[in-house]
Amino acid sequence: MYRITRKQVLAPAISLFEIKAPEVAEKAKPGQFIILRVDSEGERIPLTIADFDRGKGTITCVFQEVGKTTRVLGTLNERDLIKDFVGPLGEPSRIEHYGHVVCVGGGVGVAPVYPIARALKETGNKVTGIIGARTGELVFWEDKMRDACSELRITTDDGSYVRKGFVTDVLKEVIEESNEVVLCIAIGPLPMMRAVCNLTREYNLKTVVSLNSIMVDGTGMCGSCRVTVGGETKFACVDGPEFDGHQVDFAEMARRAVIYRPQEKISLEKYLNESKGGHRCQGSCRGENNDRRE
Amino acid sequence: MTAGNKKTLSPNRFDMPVQEPEQRIKNFAEVALGYDEETVAVEAGRCLQCKQAPCCRGCPVEVDIPAFIKLAAQKDFAGAIKKIKEKNALPAVCGRVCPQENQCEQYCTLGKKYQPVSIGRIERFCADRELERGTVPQKVAVPTGKRVAVVGSGPAGLTCAADLAKLGHQVTVFEALHVAGGVLMYGIPEFRLPKAVVQKEVANLKELGVEIQVNAVVGKLATVDELKEDGFDAIFIGTGAGLPYFMKIPGENACGVYSANEFLTRTNLMKAYSFPDYDTPIRVGRKVAVLGGGNVAMDSARTALRLGAEESWIVYRRSRAELPARNEEIEHAEEEGVKFQFLTSPTRILYNDDYWVTGMECLRYELGAPDDSGRRRPVPIKGSEFVIKVDTVVVAIGQGPNPLVSRTTTDLACSKRGNIIADAETGATSKPGVFAGGDVVSGAATVILAMGAGRKAANAIHAYLSGQNTE
Repeated sequence: MYRITRKQVLAPAISLFEIKAPEVAEKAKPGQFIILRVDSEGERIPLTIADFDRGKGTITCVFQEVGKTTRVLGTLNERDLIKDFVGPLGEPSRIEHYGHVVCVGGGVGVAPVYPIARALKETGNKVTGIIGARTGELVFWEDKMRDACSELRITTDDGSYVRKGFVTDVLKEVIEESNEVVLCIAIGPLPMMRAVCNLTREYNLKTVVSLNSIMVDGTGMCGSCRVTVGGETKFACVDGPEFDGHQVDFAEMARRAVIYRPQEKISLEKYLNESKGGHRCQGSCRGENNDRRE
Repeated sequence: MTAGNKKTLSPNRFDMPVQEPEQRIKNFAEVALGYDEETVAVEAGRCLQCKQAPCCRGCPVEVDIPAFIKLAAQKDFAGAIKKIKEKNALPAVCGRVCPQENQCEQYCTLGKKYQPVSIGRIERFCADRELERGTVPQKVAVPTGKRVAVVGSGPAGLTCAADLAKLGHQVTVFEALHVAGGVLMYGIPEFRLPKAVVQKEVANLKELGVEIQVNAVVGKLATVDELKEDGFDAIFIGTGAGLPYFMKIPGENACGVYSANEFLTRTNLMKAYSFPDYDTPIRVGRKVAVLGGGNVAMDSARTALRLGAEESWIVYRRSRAELPARNEEIEHAEEEGVKFQFLTSPTRILYNDDYWVTGMECLRYELGAPDDSGRRRPVPIKGSEFVIKVDTVVVAIGQGPNPLVSRTTTDLACSKRGNIIADAETGATSKPGVFAGGDVVSGAATVILAMGAGRKAANAIHAYLSGQNTE
């Protein structure tokens, strides 16, 4: 069992947990993920590591309540226990001295992009951070990102905070302003990562994305997370989760991401019917069971 | 034949009572129900107690078969299980999933003229009886002060751990998944090997003093080199064959195509058959095609029926005679209504606009000259393309070794396919103090062969550690 040592609600339906797992914290690196299982009937869900504290022996995870599992997770509090917690899984981000790097975090994707941005800046890169959210109240970690990046830009889809626009609008401006951007790292919902890749392809700007495929074991055993990259089948869990975004078959990913949509709906409805006073879906919930940050 | 016919030697063994096919395809409960006490005693009484005990030759873990059979015939079941457990740490598992027909029972003297003694079924009864009534503590040697890390808690790792613990070494088993047992938990279905049985066997190991750390991915959490630095005097790698092979044909990533590993893991380990009471979903369409002809393919096809598929097909490129699965599994599959499409292999998976599987384009094959394996090579028949309509495809054409450990371990020699190279008798690898055995060395094989490798490695590790003592 793994204890939640800190909980912070970052935005509506977006929470942060610090989870005590000293051995995982000892090894964790930016870009890696963990898999957790809430209870003995639970499914295994992957969450990208948002931060780690070797001194405290904790891993920080940020999640959005979407499907049943993430909603159950959302009902947990400080001192509560999580049944299973395994990691660090996947390959870490390649942290090198590149020059000028843009780190784009869309929605909950801000959380996993944060430690990467921090590590890149510490390695001497100029890091431009871009936070994108649907609306102002969903923006979180603005201060942390400002510290982690050389400069930070924020945009909201509805213009309710800072400015109106998508991350691609801001990214385009950054690229056009500086002709020294050599790498883009984009983490967020699939449509966002796809849009970023479509844009950066025009500029021939190398772009790394972190894929949130459906997984079971997370160690290369099941192949549930397979994705086509550059015409080859890769396992996001062991070959990734980061890949060259220009090589990723996003159309395939998008279809594979919704394989269990009907079952996810059944699971969520059952949970909502059974939980007393639980949050009632207002129609915006997409009922994803196995999704770590959309 | 019925129990009670004790005087004369019967040419036939007792049939195993089973759940009837029409019933069992609606549930995940165990198919084979097990002998009762009377049947066991009479069946055991058929044993000739041959002095040279040819049956023992067929047992990879060297169980003293005539001795335990004799005790079982006398209804001394406590004595019988004690005898078995001198050599076999997982008797309730082996009694169920060992291919006895190719091992102990193959060499049974009775089998030359009649049916061999049902050694496996007797073993199962003795083991189950002990699990039901509580286990008798086993003798453990005086602590040696040596620490051994066992990587992977499948049959090889568990056997190695049990043997070393009995010899007085302090053993820690590292398991990547959230529960110990490896393929016994994620792969072999509940209806062949109830998971409660596996967990009872694992609990027995803990009583021997074995520590089991689940959620511990060696290679990620700690590497083999780091385990050595952390003070483990020897390391056994038994990480199995967990990497699923795919056909590498177009359309294989379409929705509705599963590796057998995924299909079985969702069902067995994650209990998707109890969805939505358990959270992990699985989707089995109306018509399922399973590619391959081994035990894993049979397990997948039978699982598909239990999950509600209307039709479940085994698609195999050779003929029935070449099916690598156990006869019993093939027969059970046939009884349950699994259909077979022999001499057929897909060339591509067909899918609709939503990327869901709709069928497979296949080629027909004929058998040519024997290949390296001695089996007749399947040769595609030109222009024989035809389409099978299916909505789920399960790829069960084999598994390779998971590279997480080998990739992160210095000086560990591996074959081209990624199998760890280890001495057949000792499990010794190219790295001093590091041993390996089971599927990660041999490629996908059987539970009992993995256990045999775990046993040999345990003996070698014990010798290695004892040598260290005298240095």
